Amino acid sequence: MEGLLLSINSAIAQGVLWGIMTLGVYITYKILDYADLTVDGSFALGGAVSAILIMMGWDPLLSLFIAFLSGLLAGVVTGVLHTKLKIPAILSGILSMIALYSINLSIMGGKANIALIGMETVFTRAQDLLPAGFDKAMVSLSIGVIFSLAIMGILYWFFGTEIGALIRATGNNENMARAMGGNTDRMKILGLLLSNGLVALSGALVAQSQGYADVGMGTGTIVMGLAAVIIGEVLFGTRINYFLRMTSVVTGSVIYRIIIALVLRIGLKSSNLKLFTAIIVAMALSIPEIKSKFVKPKINLEKAE
Amino acid sequence: MLKIRNLTKVFNIGTINEQRVLCNLNLHICEGDFVTIIGGNGAGKSTLLNIIAGVYMPEEGEIFLAGEDITKMPEYKRAAFLGRVFQDPLMGTAADMEIVENLAIANRRGKRRGLSWGVTKEEKTKFQESLKILGLGLENRLNDKVGLLSGGQRQALALLMATIQKPKLLLLDEHTAALDPKTAIKVLELTQEIVEKNKLTTLMVTHNMKDAIKYGNRLIMMNKGEIVYDVSGEEKKNLKVTDLLEKFGSFSDRMLLA
Repeated sequence: MEGLLLSINSAIAQGVLWGIMTLGVYITYKILDYADLTVDGSFALGGAVSAILIMMGWDPLLSLFIAFLSGLLAGVVTGVLHTKLKIPAILSGILSMIALYSINLSIMGGKANIALIGMETVFTRAQDLLPAGFDKAMVSLSIGVIFSLAIMGILYWFFGTEIGALIRATGNNENMARAMGGNTDRMKILGLLLSNGLVALSGALVAQSQGYADVGMGTGTIVMGLAAVIIGEVLFGTRINYFLRMTSVVTGSVIYRIIIALVLRIGLKSSNLKLFTAIIVAMALSIPEIKSKFVKPKINLEKAE
Repeated sequence: MLKIRNLTKVFNIGTINEQRVLCNLNLHICEGDFVTIIGGNGAGKSTLLNIIAGVYMPEEGEIFLAGEDITKMPEYKRAAFLGRVFQDPLMGTAADMEIVENLAIANRRGKRRGLSWGVTKEEKTKFQESLKILGLGLENRLNDKVGLLSGGQRQALALLMATIQKPKLLLLDEHTAALDPKTAIKVLELTQEIVEKNKLTTLMVTHNMKDAIKYGNRLIMMNKGEIVYDVSGEEKKNLKVTDLLEKFGSFSDRMLLA
């Protein structure tokens, strides 16, 4: 029982750190209506950049910032491939993702992983500052919550601004956005850049919390992100305000991690995890179609005109 | 106001489906003109509007708007001068955004967008006033998602959005064609009201010959990418549907079906 609690504790902490990635996926998938596969690469990119900088003796907090910047760059590349060179959305993401695999390897000096054993990370630093009673999961959780709250606050503000509103309009109805004088190409690039910056930041945080960066750590990021977004949507609905929607996305990520911890505990082999996730996401994405086939919608006569 | 010189548009160049949609078209529209455009399917009416709006680039020719050459200007930039309402009510508004957010985006057409708040308090009052003109009760539904509105309501909102920042030219591309007759009349009357009140220069494509005669001060008939008939003033006022049908008869029988 204690083991279960412990694994749930660390699942929650991991869920919040991965939740920052989920916020990035939310921006592209829900706001821009763009399934961006770059995130598989930019998540590992964030981890790689942060880990190598720490190994080079940089400040771990500063390495997070640089990791964020590297993610922005990855997003710009995908955005330019799609908007300026007219490559289809999914394909531009795949191209960036594949390219990033090689780039990440070379960032890590050709090695598939970098261990941060004995190095200072934001987590060890926080643990040193805090009284002895705090365990590792608690520290990870607190840092994750601080980062996500700050990011959600910034996103809430940003998507309420003139530019933010135009990004939302671009995702919702590109035609309208352009007819209203919006440079929709630029808005897409902006959304992709912001999204991948957050994903890379999340990758950097995860790498620092687990104590290593791995070139394969980003595999399946998009699917996990989608799973979290959908779980959040199913649990909290979509008729809530923007801040709550973002909270629901991070909560979705936490719940996803708890589910994974539980099924692993029940006896699912960890090598089957990605298959399990894919099945969950496929089921969740098909809910609207299945619903429309088998459930008759309720008609509200009073509202009909 | 609008000067179009030798405009030519060819689709699918170099393929078996090559199609000359506009041929050396010349058009000059004065400030304050309300021009209706009729013509059969494939006459090039919508293409003409889309080229003016910058959706397509012409193969040849020039477009001047208020003296400025806009031939090569990208769509989003010339949007600063143009108000547009499309045939499809879904196209002119963002369904998942609130009415007030849609209007706020429209209110910033042609302006630099920055990081200040997307909707200001003063705007909300202004929008409420403007929505009252529509007479649809939308002024009390500022925070409703546009997706909740009916096609007619959305089209009326789109019309308001296109004109809330006074455009140099208003382009209406069969904007009532997808509505039921009663709603279509209402939206057309609203169009007339807004155009007159703001003294807007307007181009309106329509399939309905009665509407083409009833509204505006000038009528243009297009056929196979050319302007084949152009009347204004008294002559237009005295025009009858039968006259138009006769004209059409000499060009194409397909128009009768429209």
